[in-house]
Amino acid sequence: MSSYLRIRDLHKKFGDFTALRNVSLDVEEGEFVCFLGPSGCGKTTLLRAIAGLDLQTHGSIEQAGRDISTLPIAERDFGIVFQSYALFPNLTIERNIAFGLENSGRPRAEIARRVTELLDLVGLADQREKYPAQLSGGQQQRIALARAIATSPGLLLLDEPLSALDAKVRVHLRHQIKELQRKLGVTTVMVTHDQEEALSMADRIVVMNHGVIEQIGTPTEIYREPRSLFVADFIGETNQLHATLSAPGCFTLGRTCLQGMTDGLAPGQPIIVTIRPEDIIPHAPGSQPAGSERGLLDVTVGEMEFLGSFWRSRLTGAALGGEQLYADFSINAVRRLSLDEGADLTIELPASRLIAFPAGEDHGHRG
Amino acid sequence: MATAAEEALPKGRPAKARPVRPKLGRDDLIMRAFMVVIALYLVVALALPLYAMLSKSFSTFRFDLTAYEFQVSDEQGSFAVPPVSAAALNEELQAVPPENLATNGDGRLPATSFFPDFSFRSPVMYRIRATGDDASYLIGSERFAGSRWQEVDSNDFRRVMLRPVRDIGLANYATYFSTPSLFRSVENSLIISVISTVITVLLAFGFAYALNRSCMPFKGVFRLIAMAPILVPSLLPGIALVYLFGNQGMLKAFLLGESIYGPIGIVIGSVFFTFPHAMIIITTALAISDARLYEAAECLKASRWKTFWTVTVPGARYGLISAAFVVFNLVITDFGLPKVIGGQFNMLAVDIYKQVIGQQNFEMGAVVSVVLLFPAVLAFTVDRIVQKRQVAALSARSVPYQPKPKPRFDALAFVYCSLIAVFILGLLGVCQFAALIKFWPYDLSLSLKNYAFDLMDGGGWDSYYNSIRMAFLTAIFGTLVVFIGAYMVEKTRGFESGRSLFQLLAMLPMAIPGMVLGLAYIFFFNDPRNPLNALYGTLAILVVCTVTHFYTVSHLTAMTALKQMDREFESVAASLKQPFYKLFRVVTVPVCLPTILDISIYLFVNAMTTVSAVVFLYSPTTTLASVAVLNMDDAGDIAPAAAMGMMIFYTNAGARILHLIVSKGVLRRTQAWRFR
Repeated sequence: MSSYLRIRDLHKKFGDFTALRNVSLDVEEGEFVCFLGPSGCGKTTLLRAIAGLDLQTHGSIEQAGRDISTLPIAERDFGIVFQSYALFPNLTIERNIAFGLENSGRPRAEIARRVTELLDLVGLADQREKYPAQLSGGQQQRIALARAIATSPGLLLLDEPLSALDAKVRVHLRHQIKELQRKLGVTTVMVTHDQEEALSMADRIVVMNHGVIEQIGTPTEIYREPRSLFVADFIGETNQLHATLSAPGCFTLGRTCLQGMTDGLAPGQPIIVTIRPEDIIPHAPGSQPAGSERGLLDVTVGEMEFLGSFWRSRLTGAALGGEQLYADFSINAVRRLSLDEGADLTIELPASRLIAFPAGEDHGHRG
Repeated sequence: MATAAEEALPKGRPAKARPVRPKLGRDDLIMRAFMVVIALYLVVALALPLYAMLSKSFSTFRFDLTAYEFQVSDEQGSFAVPPVSAAALNEELQAVPPENLATNGDGRLPATSFFPDFSFRSPVMYRIRATGDDASYLIGSERFAGSRWQEVDSNDFRRVMLRPVRDIGLANYATYFSTPSLFRSVENSLIISVISTVITVLLAFGFAYALNRSCMPFKGVFRLIAMAPILVPSLLPGIALVYLFGNQGMLKAFLLGESIYGPIGIVIGSVFFTFPHAMIIITTALAISDARLYEAAECLKASRWKTFWTVTVPGARYGLISAAFVVFNLVITDFGLPKVIGGQFNMLAVDIYKQVIGQQNFEMGAVVSVVLLFPAVLAFTVDRIVQKRQVAALSARSVPYQPKPKPRFDALAFVYCSLIAVFILGLLGVCQFAALIKFWPYDLSLSLKNYAFDLMDGGGWDSYYNSIRMAFLTAIFGTLVVFIGAYMVEKTRGFESGRSLFQLLAMLPMAIPGMVLGLAYIFFFNDPRNPLNALYGTLAILVVCTVTHFYTVSHLTAMTALKQMDREFESVAASLKQPFYKLFRVVTVPVCLPTILDISIYLFVNAMTTVSAVVFLYSPTTTLASVAVLNMDDAGDIAPAAAMGMMIFYTNAGARILHLIVSKGVLRRTQAWRFR
């Protein structure tokens, strides 16, 4: 069975600037997909092409088996929410939501019923008679959401819907939108530059950079198994160490030999090895825990920065060959090992968390 | 080379990938259709008339005598003598000297000129034919061409008229630039415009500075008074100046023997009627300056004088330049004022009128129009460039300047503004005074006899009612066309080339002086071959002309309002499968209502006061109040002219007040959403 939204070889040029390059993507029915990337990566362009707001230069888009590549907006089947809310300022909340329901053959009473239902759904039943300007930003965005799903579209497009809101409201609305989407089962595509938003809301994330898709995967895949240095660097935080591949699965860092994930890389090649700060395991200095013979390094603790639930520590040492590592240690571990600036420490770098990429290329893919 | 071309193709993608073309929805088609219709309106009401005028200015007409042949019979009516060409006859007789062969489009040369012994009672028969391709002649009012002989008796022969042939060339321009009396107007116009511009911009800057930077009292009143000149035709200050400084003027001695009729009068009057335009632009420029710069200057212990030159003036420079070019354009294209007070001092705009109305020399009128186009288009272009920069400065975030009381400076500002107010109110007051007294300077008793317009030339009270009707129609029809046009051009998707063409058309009217537009209309609409000829002489053509004349400012106002609307409204409506016209009706129009009302009052006021564009186009049944002012003044009925001018003033003031009340009411009723 083919997927709900099929995008093939999408290309978009603005004059000389290529905004999208050979983008192909499938979205399954009922799925929540996030387009994530830095500004200018083409994520909004891709969304606008799906909506028909800015037509692609070439390439095709199919929705529910129908070729919509060149259809005008009105002949596509989607609801959309913009960062600016785009609520009609002179219409009441009720009339805003009812806008798409009018002239569709629905009787007045049914429209009113549907509006009530939608207002209940977004939890703003008491705001019916107000004008948009009388609501807070978060409330306005919920109204925009209600308006977008009023006609029960097959696809819901969210263009940075939370970016204009305060941090607290943003987190709250994040959950509400996700819950609503799950309840309605509507296929949803959201554009965001906020990785936390993408990680917490999406079923799958499409990471984009420079107009191409870097990686598609579930939030854990994207986070745990980045396929390119760009993804590893853009999502979360990561240490980057320059090293040389000595044998498959084995590389030298300074004088130390370490094991890691080096699929598809040729021996002798300069590489960059990444490991996330929280994946570095601290042990008492000089200890040899069972089963970790190959991944142990002796280091010295540099500055420590208290970040609430953990300590971020800078680690240096001869074993690192001039490089330095940042590691996040839990409050417990710091207390247990009496870590302090200048203390000696043995760390474990688990082979499964050390991921190597070819050096020299910013967004070099592995394998 | 071939490898480079191959590399340019995206890797792994077949070269045949063609760009996709959007399928157009119903909305797209309707919107484009609307845009095309309004663009067509602009083409017909602007581009084609201008083209007609341009081609007229390059047209020369002369009688081509080699293209006609005559044959004369004997008294019995038999044609024994061989045919002879008109050129040969003229050679022999010297009947028409060569310089008289050049003529204009309406020139007629009687065939009898070549037959000195012609008598309409003679039994002799005549034959005539045209041998040239373009040559034609009239028998009575019927036009003939071609080499078939036409036979007429001598009674009809005196009604045979040769028609000139048209040539394309620069001869008219050559004539223009070799006729000093015509050419001098260029210099005159430029000098007067530059002087008026400098004075107006300086005075308006002082006024705007006082309004923005002082804490003087009655700022609102001063602003209101400064705006008053917009409500009257530009020739009204001319009439006031005649009463003040004319041959029997109240203050004639102040001129120290100089005559008000000429440069002095034109400059003073120009300062009066351009003052509000400059003041608005400069006030806007001063209002956006950043208070933080002044705080910084104060912290750096800069003197007031230094602050003024390093912060205030540079901050307002775009406003000053823009104001200067707007004023320059207004003065150089104005016709009413120099007509009334110019005396023997010729200006370009008046020359057009004199050539067309006085001498019926339409080709030369067209030439002067083209000459006038140059400075006008130049001033317009510079203004547009400067305005673009000003907008950029405006969007930067700044803290508005709040003046603090400075007693000496505030008093100075108050005195200065009072002087300007006295100047403006004084000229208006003089007009009202002149309108109400019996016979200046001999009988100063009050009377309403000057309001008996029906007894004067100029169309009487009917012209006043015509003006009101015309202004209403202009406001309604113009607002409709302008706003819909602006909406379509702003919100239509794709269609880039069509949209830029539309924008160009919409910007063009501002660069076209009213006189030029009016004359262009004569050439275009008065052409019997034009199917729109029926419009000529109706109120409709006056409305069309006025809407077109004031199109640009209205269009820009509408565009500004539309650009402030979220550009995603259309996307949302389309995604909800609602047609754009529902969005237009339910959201766009209600939200933009204040702007729509502003456009309509702008069109109304200008339709009431405009003279230049319509002076060529009114007919005996469609006389207008503003033109009546001109004509009554021309006929020596200066007091009634002043009375009519003041009627226009009161009507416009009334319309403004009404507009204010309606706007407030509408705002309260439909814009409730603006207030929390």
